[in-house]
Amino acid sequence: MRLIADIILLLGAVFCFLGALGLIRMPDIYNRIQAGTKAATLGSIAIILGVGLLYPSWWGKLVCISGFLLFTSPVSSSVLARAVYLSGVKPWSHKEKASASLKHQTGEKS
Amino acid sequence: MINKHNLHHHLFLFSTLLFLWLLLTSSLAMDELLAGILVASIVSLISAPYLDIFNGVRYTPMAVVAVLRYLGYFFVALIRANFDMAGRVLSPSLPISPAVVEVQTRLKSRLGQMLLANSITLTPGTLSVDLNNDRILVHWIAAPEGISLEQATHDIASGFEQHISGFLE
Repeated sequence: MRLIADIILLLGAVFCFLGALGLIRMPDIYNRIQAGTKAATLGSIAIILGVGLLYPSWWGKLVCISGFLLFTSPVSSSVLARAVYLSGVKPWSHKEKASASLKHQTGEKS
Repeated sequence: MINKHNLHHHLFLFSTLLFLWLLLTSSLAMDELLAGILVASIVSLISAPYLDIFNGVRYTPMAVVAVLRYLGYFFVALIRANFDMAGRVLSPSLPISPAVVEVQTRLKSRLGQMLLANSITLTPGTLSVDLNNDRILVHWIAAPEGISLEQATHDIASGFEQHISGFLE
């Protein structure tokens, strides 16, 4: 049991690390939000699960925490993305043409 | 304050709150239970004006099965999303071709649309940006070239939509 818990804790830490790496490597804010949200959510849930295996008497509270995490973290990232989008930041793109047309669209919208 | 129309909502909110309380205290002692019942009733009575948010909830036994199936589907998607993201972050060439696409949803209730948008945010390579009526604006990290609305809806939303529509309108 101890070993399984340790492995899950390590997995959670690895996902959190990958999220942080994603924050650095991704080219624009939308992709950074994506990398951050997903990795942080699964990473923290894995860590919570590992703690739950180590301390079985805590599972009720831990289920609560992971439930709240699952509800709040996508909401906060969506709100961030929406604020960025409405303030006119255009998504990064490989091709100049595509980003130009998107800029045109957002300009029309606002 | 309580009428037949929203009695279901009151009961639903009350039992959810009581369940949260039980999880937090993790004890079935009589005094803890009584305090929980008292607090849960007061909160569900106070929040009567806001109960419209539960309007789309289906109160049927099948809905419970649908919730469980949705949760299973959701966790598989979440784990896939993370491995997908890990692959993208770790590969030196950073294989992304992001674009903003629109997705259409059949879900009518606000709660259902919110749940769908949240699910989209946590699934592989997609991030909900905005919600207008039945359109969800999605930032897609690996969007195919010139994808149509129907195709994007099919690729991103329909799986979740099908599961959510089992317990929300």
